[in-house]
Amino acid sequence: MRIGFYPGCSLEGSSKEYSDSLFAVAEKCGIMLEEIKDWSCCGASAAHNLNHDLALALPARTLALAEKQGFEEVVIPCAACYSRIAGTKQEISNNVATRKKIERYIDLTLEADIKILTVFEFLQKYIFPVADGHIVNKLNQKTACYYGCLYSRPKETAALEQIENPMEMDKVMVKAGATPIDWAFKTECCGAGFTMSRTDIVAKLSGKIIEDAADRGAESIIVACPMCHVNLDMRRPEIKKQLNKEINLPVLFITQALGLSMGIPADQLGLNKHYVPTDKVVTCIVKKEA
Amino acid sequence: MSEQFEPKIVAFVCNWCTYAGADLAGTSRTKYATNVSIIRFPCTGRIDFMLLMKAFENGADGIIVSGCHPNDCHYTSGNFHARRRWIVFRSLLDFMGFDTDRITFSWVSAAEGAKWAGLVDETTQRIREKGAFTDFKKLDCSTFEKISHDAITE
Amino acid sequence: MARIGVFICHCGENISATVDVAKVAEKAGKLSGVAYSVDYKYMCSDPGQTLIIDAIKEHKLTGIVVASCSPRMHEGTFRKAAEKAGINPYFCEMANIREQVSWVHPKSDATTQKALDIVRTMVEKVKKNTALTPIKVPITKTALVIGGGIAGIQAALDIANAGHSVIMVEKKPSIGGHMSQLSETFPTLDCSQCILTPRMVEVAQHPNITLYTYAEVEKVTGFVGNFEVTIRMKAKSVDHSKCTGCGTCWQKCPSKKIPDEFNEGMGFRTAIYSPFPQAVPNKPVIDRDHCNYFQKGKCGVCQKICPAGAIDYEVQDEFLDVKVGAIITATGFDLKHADFFPEYGYGQFKDVIDGMMFERLASASGPTAGEIRRPSDGKIPEKIVFVACAGSRDKAKGIEYCSKICCMYTAKHAMLYKHKKHDGDAYVFYMDIRAAGKDYDEFVRRAIEEDDVHYIRGRVSRIYEKNGKLIVKGVDTLMNGDPVEIEADMVVLATAVIANQDAETVAQRMHISYNKHHFFAEAHPKLRPVETNTAGIMLAGACQGAKDIPETVSQASASASKAIGLFSSNEMTREPIVAVVNRQAPPNFTSCTGCMLCMEVCPYHAIEREEMKDRTGNLIKVAVKVNAGLCQGCGTCVAMCRNKSIDLQGFSNDQMLSEVMALLNS
Repeated sequence: MRIGFYPGCSLEGSSKEYSDSLFAVAEKCGIMLEEIKDWSCCGASAAHNLNHDLALALPARTLALAEKQGFEEVVIPCAACYSRIAGTKQEISNNVATRKKIERYIDLTLEADIKILTVFEFLQKYIFPVADGHIVNKLNQKTACYYGCLYSRPKETAALEQIENPMEMDKVMVKAGATPIDWAFKTECCGAGFTMSRTDIVAKLSGKIIEDAADRGAESIIVACPMCHVNLDMRRPEIKKQLNKEINLPVLFITQALGLSMGIPADQLGLNKHYVPTDKVVTCIVKKEA
Repeated sequence: MSEQFEPKIVAFVCNWCTYAGADLAGTSRTKYATNVSIIRFPCTGRIDFMLLMKAFENGADGIIVSGCHPNDCHYTSGNFHARRRWIVFRSLLDFMGFDTDRITFSWVSAAEGAKWAGLVDETTQRIREKGAFTDFKKLDCSTFEKISHDAITE
Repeated sequence: MARIGVFICHCGENISATVDVAKVAEKAGKLSGVAYSVDYKYMCSDPGQTLIIDAIKEHKLTGIVVASCSPRMHEGTFRKAAEKAGINPYFCEMANIREQVSWVHPKSDATTQKALDIVRTMVEKVKKNTALTPIKVPITKTALVIGGGIAGIQAALDIANAGHSVIMVEKKPSIGGHMSQLSETFPTLDCSQCILTPRMVEVAQHPNITLYTYAEVEKVTGFVGNFEVTIRMKAKSVDHSKCTGCGTCWQKCPSKKIPDEFNEGMGFRTAIYSPFPQAVPNKPVIDRDHCNYFQKGKCGVCQKICPAGAIDYEVQDEFLDVKVGAIITATGFDLKHADFFPEYGYGQFKDVIDGMMFERLASASGPTAGEIRRPSDGKIPEKIVFVACAGSRDKAKGIEYCSKICCMYTAKHAMLYKHKKHDGDAYVFYMDIRAAGKDYDEFVRRAIEEDDVHYIRGRVSRIYEKNGKLIVKGVDTLMNGDPVEIEADMVVLATAVIANQDAETVAQRMHISYNKHHFFAEAHPKLRPVETNTAGIMLAGACQGAKDIPETVSQASASASKAIGLFSSNEMTREPIVAVVNRQAPPNFTSCTGCMLCMEVCPYHAIEREEMKDRTGNLIKVAVKVNAGLCQGCGTCVAMCRNKSIDLQGFSNDQMLSEVMALLNS
């Protein structure tokens, strides 16, 4: 089966390393991911506040293209893209009139029956069955898995089994030989809605997340959302001011962490692209006992 | 000008909701067409849909089936059975090319006298426009007798 | 040969103003089988009824059709008249030419014709009528009360005081239910046990009440007035007829670390135990799952020391069959427990507790002797947060309904805390305050105004532990939706009231319906709120839906009065409008093929399977039979029957077909 891949804007720009590490892990395990040709913007950040039809048409166009190109499943690593596209799929498949209207806008037919995978669903379904042969290292550290808002809300499209206390990423980290901590900030807001306009709010909210993770002994934070990563990794100067102390807690994408356990070189996983140095994560790694 | 066609319509209704609703239309003096006559059943669940066929066979031009609203059945679930049976029966009639628009399936509660009157008028008007029902012929029983007679004598 | 009489009523002018009654009477008189036809001003009046009675006698009528108002109005009147004249009352039918003809149509030929059509239809129906006799069902004047909480206690006492016998079955070792666990009760703050325990004792001592504790209802068959119930008497391992309740056994029992259910796990009990000091009966049972003797095969201390020699390890579960006439289901409720609130850390942080645990902490007989001490370290909390609607009214949690009692008991909890710790801070997060009972709103206002409890309108998103404090994150929707963070020492969640875990099984055993949350369904939400759809089975208390004590007691008394009403005569009379299966001798000559479709659709479980065997015991035929005690006469089975082997008296296939044919063939 061919598995489609939808990068969205983040994975081609600010979170290039997310895309790189996902492909590195997939390649290591012999899984092929194929980018949807001619995909368009998912409309996150703005469209759903401006025009509901546009907010549906943008993801619908991508879904229609994926269907046309013969994919049965599409991996969407970005949480914002996932939320928009899963929401659109749900709304369209529940309402024939809406579907007809949107089909007219995008000039494509749409079944909306394609399966959408989050990155951890993809890892669980395709990487887990073959991972054991490829995992050579033990991450050997305490990690705080941070899910953010877009995987857990709204309830209808939530990708998590327990939306108030998700465990999906924690399971991946256990597989990678890390010890996920139990903490209360898994689905708290990082302030992404204000990422450009009110960095002070971002610093306050993200600061609390980082502080709690550090207080509970985490040595790294694991994310699966480009927005979360930007806020937790890039806004450190503001956060430092806010907390009045410096916390050097590295923030990794889940695919980077899993890649490290598979012995993929740090550079290939894009660990050199972060603001907060990630050397400490790498030095913790030990060889897995046979 | 020829005289307006007056259809004959039979209503199969339940005792607890629609029959009481029709009584309410009466006590409220709501006027409606004279074309519909009611046959009272304890519950729509009691209605054997073959009786509908019998009615058409004997010259009915239209039929109303009505009972308690879903979840209001006096007997808990009789109307659900009626509804299921009706869905299946309608598909069968459709398949046979029968004009299912001649049958109105509705819910009228004991408080809905006005709804009952409206339902009667609306159905009467619809059937009036459709004209007399002539697709169905009275079964000629003598044919059966002849066939069975032939079969015996052969 | 039928001799039908037709009686056309003018109803003053109600009918005669639009229907030409004389013409209807004249034409009806010419219908086949009609021996007499007449119109009269008021058929329902005394002279009108006399006219009917005389006509029946004079013309030797076999059946009558009264064309007047709705049968819902006067069917009973005219059937009685027919009976007086000496014919079976079920040979009287009514043609509704008032509500459904004269009142809804203008004066016209068509109106008169419609009246005549209806008369003709009913004449044809009555020709097919059969003599029916009302069904008499004997009544066993004993009530079964399932559940020994306040609902069951109230119902049992009411019935017993009315002079009828009651059998009470309680699954726990003592009666008392949840109410016995409560500290004080709103809105008066009187002590729960003080008002409850006298009632419990009264139940135990009442000459009309037989109490079976540590027992469960295993099976219910039969029908109203005639239920047969099998009760499982769980093995107590203690012979209560010998036991004096001295308590030596539970003082000496070596298994002392079993979490105490009565104290919501905040204390310990022994393996041989009586759940609480005021238990009724105050005699112990052995919890075999935790007893060393049963688990490891050695110990036997209690048997050795029991001065009465009451301990018997060999005794097994016993089954008892009883006959009862009415059943009152009072099986109570449960509260949502751990795992349901990962965001609140319930089940994870020791000091996040539920309302029932708080009751035990506040109770003088509880594990802290009534001092509010937090479970983790026994310290008296300086700051408590109460969270109302924990799980209730939350679609995302799958519970849309309001648990009804939480607003009140949360106010009570906050008050009790403030009364015991004057300088403490109590916060209540709430969605709405629903205090719609007598003196209820005043009670909540008292908590806010006099006891200075801080009420915050908003929900709590998360609770986590930090530096030994519980951080409660919420929102204050009355303050611009500002986020609120409170560092609390203890959090009390007013968790949702849910149906008992085994409610579904109980309902299926009793053949009563329940909603999607497994609360038992009443026969009618407004007009029959204490009966179930199964005649003779009543509901009391929170098994039907969340309720507080006053409401529970009212419902219990109401269901008791239903039972007492049922017991007020020796037998019940029921309309003979019931289904019958085509049967004739010999029994296997029925056309019923035993397909059981009717059994599946019957809402009352009135259809039973019957196996017919020959003399050597070989199965020769399977057919159904109708339990006339249970059948309510809906006729769904009749429409379902594939070969017309089941029929409904009063609305038979023959009658209905005749009606259709007569209506259309003028």
